[in-house]
Amino acid sequence: MGMTMTEKILARHAGVASVSAGDLIVSQVDLILGNDITTPPAIVEFNKIGRPVFNPEKIALVPDHFTPNKDIRSAQMAKTVKEFARKHKIKHYFEVGRMGIEHVLLPEVGLVAPGEVIIGADSHTCTYGALNAFATGIGSTDMGAAMVTGKTWFKVPSAIRVELTGKLPKYVTGKDVILTLIGMIGVEGARYQSIEFAGPGVAALSMTDRLTICNMAIEAGGKNGIFPMDEITAAYLKGRVERPFAAVEADGDAVYERTVKIDLSALEPVVAFPHLPENVRKVKEAGDVAIDQVVIGSCTNGRLEDLAQAAEIFAGRQVHERVRAIIIPGSQTVYMEAMEKGYIKTFIEAGCVVSTPTCGPCLGGYMGILAEGERAVSTTNRNFRGRMGHIDSEVYLSGPYVAAASAVCGRIAGPEEV
Amino acid sequence: MKVSGKVWRYGDHVDTDVIIPARYLNIQDPVELAEHAMEDIDTTFAANVQPGDIVVAGKNFGCGSSREHAPLVIKQKGVACVVAESFARIFYRNAINIGLPVVELGEAVAGIEANHRLTVDLGQGIVTNETTGQAWTIKPLPAFVQELTSAGGLIAYVKEGGMA
Ligand code: SF4
Repeated sequence: MGMTMTEKILARHAGVASVSAGDLIVSQVDLILGNDITTPPAIVEFNKIGRPVFNPEKIALVPDHFTPNKDIRSAQMAKTVKEFARKHKIKHYFEVGRMGIEHVLLPEVGLVAPGEVIIGADSHTCTYGALNAFATGIGSTDMGAAMVTGKTWFKVPSAIRVELTGKLPKYVTGKDVILTLIGMIGVEGARYQSIEFAGPGVAALSMTDRLTICNMAIEAGGKNGIFPMDEITAAYLKGRVERPFAAVEADGDAVYERTVKIDLSALEPVVAFPHLPENVRKVKEAGDVAIDQVVIGSCTNGRLEDLAQAAEIFAGRQVHERVRAIIIPGSQTVYMEAMEKGYIKTFIEAGCVVSTPTCGPCLGGYMGILAEGERAVSTTNRNFRGRMGHIDSEVYLSGPYVAAASAVCGRIAGPEEV
Repeated sequence: MKVSGKVWRYGDHVDTDVIIPARYLNIQDPVELAEHAMEDIDTTFAANVQPGDIVVAGKNFGCGSSREHAPLVIKQKGVACVVAESFARIFYRNAINIGLPVVELGEAVAGIEANHRLTVDLGQGIVTNETTGQAWTIKPLPAFVQELTSAGGLIAYVKEGGMA
């Protein structure tokens, strides 16, 4: 029986010839990730075991959620992470000033390669499937145990095949692809499953689009999202990944629970209404929704290409007088490149505020909390009740073009309306 | 293992942001953190839940963030078991790892209401609604998961030489 991309990677890491959906396996891991919120409890669990880390080069610690420290308690947590990193000589610890949002940073610095197994104590670890890796979110106890053993347990997921054809029209992005898919299958449409992207449309998607798409696999309930490797992947990996790796392809007779077809050329800009990412509507059918805030950034849309799209809209225009527009580059490198390309200047001239890389408002941490009754259009990935602040505030999810156009119009708007 | 308690009933897609809002994630002490359990969906829960009570919910319970703080605060409050139509996978996994019993009951949850009395017999694989008299059988957990659970969770399992 043939295997999916996910099954091939898991079989290899479990040291067996083949696996199939439903098998419980113990898998080697190539990288373990933690952040400033999830690592402190993982350290508590790690210490209970009382053994050293299995490999100080295969752990990445990225304080990004409440950093630069938002208050004393957050500072204590960041300090716990830093001291752990020092004590155990963790190679990939990213201090403020060198850090970025974890899922923007790790692929950027070459810590993700095709065929690898990456677990992270953060649900959006699934982002790395864009690079043909198996990557999934786990909890702090999992992280603590894996830092000792270098292994973790998995139930091999069954798979959904998403067959892509065509090419995205102007102003339609990876975010519109994944929101459209979640709108089609629902927030638990891929629960416990692997979402495997395939078809001729893959070649027409940039690496940024693929990272955005895999980032939100979890919002459909998925265990992971994964793309095949191609020339675009190879170009991205060049200069980032030196170590040997082994990409995987799905077998022709691999088993899928179902196939979903998406014609990229037929897609339009969309927005997900509160309070679930499946509440997807076309922007042109959104109606008149006045907004108070726009956030452009996060592990979903905080890359250079995302900022380029936002800058294209903001150039020569002004943020609406009623709106606060907050731009958050996903990493120091993204920030620097956006500056060199003039995007940062464009944003500030338009009346946006530009922040250092942080998760900040995405999870209602800081740097843009919503008051009661306020509405935000955000390029982040979750619009749950209270996610960005007050329990009676609202988050509408979109890509950067729509978010920027909405900032200019003061209401949900498409890029063609500005 | 057999538990019996009063039902706290919630709907579909209860996410980890409402189970434990991010504004409290700078709290490291589980006891203090648990004072905010379920706060954004039910402000009466943390103050009134009794050890042994059972949380019953609809589809996709625990969706969203990987924060283990979510099953942790529920366990910290003494909840004996979470029964749902279905669970989001990271929450389910975290609950197993930390030793919070979770039962996927499918559509049968529809017959369970707030303040009903529920008995969950994990050994026999039977869930009984003492208030209505209905009973359902549940699938036993996979052998590996049972090993984890009987060791007392993932950390105890690894300490005993598991995953070597
Ligand atoms: S940007 Fe938002 S979704 Fe991404 S890791 Fe940070 S908090 Fe999580």
